[in-house]
Amino acid sequence: MEVKKPIPQIPAPVWTEFKDLQEWEKYHQSRAEDDKTSNALASIADAIHHMPGGWIVTTSTEKIFNWARKSSIWPVTFGLACCAIEMMATFASRFDVERFGMVPWASPRHSDLMIVSGTVTIKMAPMLKRIYDQMPDPKWVVSMGSCANSGGPFRHGYHVVKGVDRVVPVDVYVPGCPPTPDSLMYGLLKLQDQVKVFQQTGKRSASSDPRGA
Amino acid sequence: MTPADARVLIKERFGLEAVADAGLTVSVPLERWQDFGRFVRDELGCRYFNWLSAVDWKDQGLEVVCRIENLETALVVFMRTRLAAGQTACPTLTGLYRGADWMERECYDMFGVVFEGHPDLRRILLSDDWVGYPLRKDYAVDTAFAPYR
Repeated sequence: MEVKKPIPQIPAPVWTEFKDLQEWEKYHQSRAEDDKTSNALASIADAIHHMPGGWIVTTSTEKIFNWARKSSIWPVTFGLACCAIEMMATFASRFDVERFGMVPWASPRHSDLMIVSGTVTIKMAPMLKRIYDQMPDPKWVVSMGSCANSGGPFRHGYHVVKGVDRVVPVDVYVPGCPPTPDSLMYGLLKLQDQVKVFQQTGKRSASSDPRGA
Repeated sequence: MTPADARVLIKERFGLEAVADAGLTVSVPLERWQDFGRFVRDELGCRYFNWLSAVDWKDQGLEVVCRIENLETALVVFMRTRLAAGQTACPTLTGLYRGADWMERECYDMFGVVFEGHPDLRRILLSDDWVGYPLRKDYAVDTAFAPYR
């Protein structure tokens, strides 16, 4: 009787590159500085800013860019569990978030937003991280429901990631089990408020006050 | 064959007392596990291997439980065997029941019971690099490992 040694068939998951939690937290903190800032846009804004009277134009471009960003947030089509049903209802005609410019898009390469709708298992986490990495900056994450927020009812299970913010940085947490389409819509509107101001602060939107701007 | 007949037959062939509640529950010694499985399949006609799992009795060792049914006569046999404390080896039933294959792999995955003679014993649900057997009582669920705590 021999027990076969496990054959690793999946390429090494992304999160194994972090040796320990400290390194991982450091990565997130360093990422907070330059996240969600397009280098091209920043250099254009910088060049305009150094022209005479350029700061007036700069503020205006920022406003236009942010208006454009917030008015066309495309969430990647990505459902994990029962929350995805509520997410689909939110996209469908009764609630219709398309009037906010949100089109569920079936490719992470063209998307701005990832709605993590459901329980993230440890086996799923590397795939989730990979989808997030495929999305171009600037990008946002909405954590939908108790499971994605903290692990929820499965928090003490052996296989559940205890909050998706341990894998990707999260901008808006929507509570509920599952959240109703109304809650998710409220969260998405909150996200729009954040997107409206993120370039002005130059920080991650979580540290800025959307109302104060 | 009625459960009462089966009970008598088990008693005279194996000398084991079958407890009748939801079905016939038989505690089988480990060395007669495969013999009893063959007897249940061939002579009691139980050809439907419903499920196989295990129970962790901590310092009293693991217990492997399975349910086998005869769908024609609605005869249900629970067979169980106790592994000694610290022991993980158990004879396989895959030679008798094809359905035991994935069940035993799952049991190996979750409890670390090594089924001797199993053709393809490796993890089935968890990832291949998983450490430990999560349904054992001594498995620490909240063990920290990066980047998840």
